[in-house]
Amino acid sequence: MLHYVMRRLGGAIPTLLIIIAGAFFMMRLAPGGPFARERRVPPEVEANLLKAYHLDEPLWQQFLRYLNGLLHGDFGPSFKYKDFSVADLIFGGFPVSLQLGGMAILLALVIGISLGIWAALRQNTWVDYASMSVSMVGIAVPNFVVAPILTLVIGLQLQLLPVGGWGQPGHYVLPVIALCLPQIAAIARLTRASMIEVLSSNYVRTARAKGLPARLTISRHAIRAAILPVVSYLGPAIANIITGSVVVEQIFSIPGIGRYFVQGSLNRDYTLVMGVTVFYGALVILCNLIADLLYGVLDPKVRYD
Amino acid sequence: MSLIKRNVLLSALTAATLIAASTVAQAEMVLHRGNGAEPETMDPQKSTGVIEANIQYEIFEGLTTYSPDGQVVPGMAESWDVSDDGKTYTFHLRDAKWSNGDPVTAADFAYSFQRLVDPAIAADYAAIADPILNAEQIRKGEEKDLSKLGVKAVDDKTFQVTLAKPAPYFLGLIRHNTFLPVHKATVEKFGQDWTKPGNIIGNGAFTMQEWTPQASMTLVKNPNYYDAANVKLEKIVYYPTEDISEEFKRYRAGELHITYEVPSDQIGFIEANLKDEYEAKPYLGTYYYVVNTTREAGAKKELREALALAIDREIIADKVTQGSFLPAYSWVPPGTPDYNTQYVSFKDMPKEARLAKAKELMTAAGYGPDNPLNIEILYNTSENHKKIAIAVQSMWKAIGVNATLNNQEWQVYLDTRDNKQFDVARAAWIGDYADPVTFLDLFLSDAGVRNDAGYNNAEFDKLVKESFNVADPKERMAMLEKSEQIFLADLPIIPILHYKTKHMVSPQVQGWAYNNLDFHLGRYMSVQ
Repeated sequence: MLHYVMRRLGGAIPTLLIIIAGAFFMMRLAPGGPFARERRVPPEVEANLLKAYHLDEPLWQQFLRYLNGLLHGDFGPSFKYKDFSVADLIFGGFPVSLQLGGMAILLALVIGISLGIWAALRQNTWVDYASMSVSMVGIAVPNFVVAPILTLVIGLQLQLLPVGGWGQPGHYVLPVIALCLPQIAAIARLTRASMIEVLSSNYVRTARAKGLPARLTISRHAIRAAILPVVSYLGPAIANIITGSVVVEQIFSIPGIGRYFVQGSLNRDYTLVMGVTVFYGALVILCNLIADLLYGVLDPKVRYD
Repeated sequence: MSLIKRNVLLSALTAATLIAASTVAQAEMVLHRGNGAEPETMDPQKSTGVIEANIQYEIFEGLTTYSPDGQVVPGMAESWDVSDDGKTYTFHLRDAKWSNGDPVTAADFAYSFQRLVDPAIAADYAAIADPILNAEQIRKGEEKDLSKLGVKAVDDKTFQVTLAKPAPYFLGLIRHNTFLPVHKATVEKFGQDWTKPGNIIGNGAFTMQEWTPQASMTLVKNPNYYDAANVKLEKIVYYPTEDISEEFKRYRAGELHITYEVPSDQIGFIEANLKDEYEAKPYLGTYYYVVNTTREAGAKKELREALALAIDREIIADKVTQGSFLPAYSWVPPGTPDYNTQYVSFKDMPKEARLAKAKELMTAAGYGPDNPLNIEILYNTSENHKKIAIAVQSMWKAIGVNATLNNQEWQVYLDTRDNKQFDVARAAWIGDYADPVTFLDLFLSDAGVRNDAGYNNAEFDKLVKESFNVADPKERMAMLEKSEQIFLADLPIIPILHYKTKHMVSPQVQGWAYNNLDFHLGRYMSVQ
């Protein structure tokens, strides 16, 4: 197990390097720069700025400088938000993104799995049809459509909840809903499909034949097997939630790191975009690893040696 | 009931009472203000934009400052004398304190002014100090000695500035936020981190209590401020409201008292339902199309005039932008103090005559319906810019101009403009201070990349540059007015609109007054 984890983490290093190099050089290919604005700075001032941020060095040297910084845990200064280092911004915003994403994924799991099981047990009844068509809509409608509708109806028309900001429990409701709806839908569909399959499998039939009550058959035997596909979906789901929060954080004015990704790229804030990219990359790799390990715990057929 | 349970219940009750009591005590006066975007820095010398300025004016106070209606009024300087040649300003400082109790001294100002031009600080806006003796040489690195800058702390309470050339707008200029004083000991102690809450020391009416990037910044009243007795607000919370329509929703939901902007697609609704809360007044800014005079389409003055004639500014202002702009017939916006607004020659010409003249000019230049003039309009991604470009495109079609639209992302657009890879580009300019020079010096032939029209008129250059040496305000303004006349006859840019400041201001807010620089200091405001 430990060996497997080490091997996976070792394999992540080249992946991360490719991500870093790709992001670094693509960012520099884009026209413009961190100090370009409509109110152009005089050339001498620009030279001072470039020098202050080492942007006057050859590109490969800047790349090495950046890698060296990363090795020492230094993400560099933000070009745009001059009072903060990139690490300040990322580690300041991440708890918020984590809180938002964590609540969304938990809610999605609880509701999605319950809905899926319920639909599977009532297969081909109105319950099944209704919940599956609703989740189809959930998958089809992106959260940048759901979010403004939620603010309009619940925030403005009904005035039930605040339309933006972060801190009080009331602030959590709308963004979490907007973020978890597509995931609820995906998880419900996955659970339903695998539950139906499991319910018709031999061991479940045997359990029933031996007279085990339906409630116990389902809770002891069926569910455990049925949620396996959901676990392997968790890795990509967390990645989805993180990227989805880029939009949701923008719409609800939430101080997470998702907004830095968008604003950093638009502002050509090189170090900020790099920092967020590296951070996201590492996070997605880590989430996939955890999902895989969890899979091993739940499924006796999978062993990591 | 067991003892433990009763204790739990009791403490819960006490907690509830405490919470209730604190909510009563919390009925303090708080202003919630939308501020457009996350401020890039709270370090005055490193700042560039209005967003930073709005907050910095609360935390710091310069030698001179703004009255509610935008007049130059004494700030840290109680009074000042100007020498006869207009080159030496002596400021007499009042007894004021920093938020930690230290006295504000002339040395603080000398330090801050030197910091602005120091190449090591690499301030974006360093060039704004150019009127001060040796400022330009220092920021360019030609003069290494910072103490050669024309500023001097004569004694603790007397600060003297020597200018390279007379600049009658100097008292207004030094209100710019890059001239705000900083607390030397704090800057030196904390370095990069000096602007963080807990570290930052200011001399303004408020101090920073909390700063969560992308969420909000909370300012609290500074008890050490000299005029604290008249400051009514206990707190101001600034929000980075990047998304204008979300900001408007938050305003309607009662979460904001003042918005930074107003979405133009909502103006119809606002006029019908929230008219009393909508503040839209002239601002010192011009929205224009810059013509690349180094390219064929823009090289001929007659063609530029035809293009300018064909644009119906009233339709663009009233219909396309829903009245959120004013039609523009000048480069320096009306409302610039002591300056007689100059207009393009065709301002009072009826529309039909303008069109007829434009067609005539086109024909004379060899263009017409059979041989259309091809022009590309460059603009950056924005719904408003797009709508205006489409309107201009159709107006130009009427005089035989075949315009194509080229939409680019902001940074790409800036790059294209800097490299002069355009025929006509959308552009905008907001005055840094209330003086025509902040507009006119943009198009000096040696202004470099800022002069993206490639405009070069020796007579214009001469008038603007000579005005720099004239101490007499009247004579100076007359020269600048004349230079703008030349400029507007040449039309290297086509003025289209003048900006309006647009805010939603809640009826609960007292003390809000209009001024065309659009700075509204919290020290004058209160919330009912």
